[in-house]
Amino acid sequence: MLNKEQKDTYNKYVQAKQPYTKYFPTLLWAFLVGGTICCVGQGIYDAIMALFPELTKDVVQAYTLVTLIFISTLLTGLGVYDKIGSFAGAGSVIPITGFANSIASPAIEFKTEGWIFGMCVKMFTIAGPVLVNGIAGSVLVGLIYLCF
Amino acid sequence: MLLDYLIVFLVGGGICLLGQILVIRTQMTNARILVTFLMLGVFLEAVGLYGPLAEFAKAGATIPISGFGATLARGAIEGASAGGLLGAIKGGLAATSAGIAAAVVFSYLMALIFSSHTKSNGK
Repeated sequence: MLNKEQKDTYNKYVQAKQPYTKYFPTLLWAFLVGGTICCVGQGIYDAIMALFPELTKDVVQAYTLVTLIFISTLLTGLGVYDKIGSFAGAGSVIPITGFANSIASPAIEFKTEGWIFGMCVKMFTIAGPVLVNGIAGSVLVGLIYLCF
Repeated sequence: MLLDYLIVFLVGGGICLLGQILVIRTQMTNARILVTFLMLGVFLEAVGLYGPLAEFAKAGATIPISGFGATLARGAIEGASAGGLLGAIKGGLAATSAGIAAAVVFSYLMALIFSSHTKSNGK
């Protein structure tokens, strides 16, 4: 085992060798790309609302998400979304399109490793934790609501 | 109208900015970032704060993954008040089922159509 001094020396060495990230540009890109994706979402929402005024808010919201998810998976397939992700960072990860990308990207990438154990398993490497925590959290919230 | 979009842009961008600060500060991976913001959304909706934010910022609050979490929590609460225990269990998934199914099916479809692009480093 390494003692504390050795660990510190190693950590300093790693920090020195790590690629230097310019903080400000990544923050700006995350803000701009994230904001733009949300605006696209609002545009789709308004368009659906204008075309089908009889639909309720929740239904239009669901259609908006499905449309955005379709666009995101298509852009992932074309290899465009990952290029955006390389400079936008969290700006392309946090919107729902990032969630869709996190499923589509490994699905496409691991296709060559087999149908079941390549594509179908790897699809959920990032989405799995999201779904597990989200579903468990929602049931917990529901149960707490029942108790009070 | 234009002001609406400005608010959407600022709030949606702001949430992503927060995420990017977290990435830089903690070197979090994408999965952790997504889970963190999802659970933040679940929590804020459960205590009743996300609803007003979504009312104010519209897509700026509903498109980020925290909005997905808020929909999960809201579904569970609505389910619990309408259908008791069973509603509490199925409400969250029911409310978000369209998004989850779409993400899985479209990804499956795209994997059938496209093959992996060689990743170019730093370009």
